[in-house]
Order: sequence, then C-alpha cells, then structure tokens
Amino acid sequence: MDEKKLAIIATKGTLDWAYPPYILASTAAALGYEVEIFFTFYGLQLVRKDLSGLKVSPLGNPGMPMKMPFGPDWFKSINWNIPNIIQAGIPGYENVATALMKKTIENNGVATIPDLRDLCLEAEVKFIACQMTVDLFGFEHSDFIDDIEYAGAASFFDFAGESDICLYI
Amino acid sequence: MADFDDELDASGLNCPLPILRAKKALNGLDAGKVLHIIATDPGSVKDFEAFAKQTGNELLESTEEGGKFHFYMKKV
Repeated sequence: MDEKKLAIIATKGTLDWAYPPYILASTAAALGYEVEIFFTFYGLQLVRKDLSGLKVSPLGNPGMPMKMPFGPDWFKSINWNIPNIIQAGIPGYENVATALMKKTIENNGVATIPDLRDLCLEAEVKFIACQMTVDLFGFEHSDFIDDIEYAGAASFFDFAGESDICLYI
Repeated sequence: MADFDDELDASGLNCPLPILRAKKALNGLDAGKVLHIIATDPGSVKDFEAFAKQTGNELLESTEEGGKFHFYMKKV
C-alpha cells in the first residue's frame, strides 16, 4: 500500500476549532498517512507550549448549544439561549463558557487538546509554523513547542502539492 | 466469541481515541495475532470497518452486546 499524504492548514485558535486539525491528523496517521499541518494566523495558538489560553466563545455563534454539564437530566437538557448583548457585557463570560466546555469534553470521553497534540507528535505528524504570522503577532520561537519547523507558503506547497487530501481549517 | 491474543477496553472513550488506542495496541502485536477491542462509541462500528479497509488489518468480527461493541481485529 502506498503511503497517502494529508496536508492541513490550521488557521483557527479557539478550543473548539483546535479539534478538527488534531483529530483528523492523528486519525490519518493511525491509518498510515503521512501528515503535515501548517499553522498560520490564529492557528499558531494550537502549537504554543502553554495551551491553557485556548478558549471557546459562544458570542455570535448561534450554532453552539449552551447546555450545563452537571445537575439532573432535566437541567442538563436546557439550552440556555443567552442574547449576544448579555454575553458581550458579562466580564469573564468566555472563561465560564470555556470551563463548562472542558467539563462537557471530559464527561463525553473526548480527548483533551494537549493529549491529541501529543498523539499527533507521537505518530510523527509534521508541524510547520508560518514564520510570517509568528513575526506579525510578535511571538517568539520560545513560545512554541520544540517539535516544529518554521517556514512559509512555498514550503507548504512543497508537501501539499503531492498530497492526496488537502484541508483548510 | 472468537479467540484473541490481547484486549483493549476503550469503553467511555470517544472519537478518535478508540481507533488511536487500537492502532497503538496493534503496533505491539505480531502479524496474525488478534486484538479484542471493547468500545461504547456507536460511531466506532463504522470506524473500525473503515480502519480495517484502509490499513489492511482484518476485522474478523463486529458485534454488539448490552450497549458495548466488540471488535476482533487480526493484525496483517
């Protein structure tokens, strides 16, 4: 069986959007794919040493059900339809939403992002950080994990041009 | 129930963990050996079929019993 290749561009830096690139990369690696992820713009948040800053924001996201991860079933089934203007006005709202999301993730037996990232690295998924956006946002290489290379768009195409699947996330 | 050489209990774990754990467990087995995987994720039924198809490992048996899914995967 020839080794297939998967190329992913990860552009989003929130807790929820950290999942698709890491789930697909780790799974593809388990299926025998050679995988490369190019992290650019807000996607750089996913390769920082410290992932505790990843948050989820329900603000302006009508697709996100807001349910409580604890309490009796009738309570957990309520969808808290909180208007945007209130979400925007409460200090710390994102922190609370993020804490609730992390609890929901745990309750559902879903892997954490640090775990999924480790599984990707263990499976030799190649990580590339976009040097231009590292500079643009004032990051230092020391902000990021060691298992990563720094390059630009041309390097992405070097791999993506020969990939079987190419995803922009 | 089929005979097996190693067992992996992935109960309570959700996508993609059962597949990733199974892959790791299979790495530790010799060719021809059988891994028994137990999972509770309903998505794992189709996923283990797809895993077998793409990796060449043979899915000998896939059954459900009392809300648990049992897979017998023979390492290629």
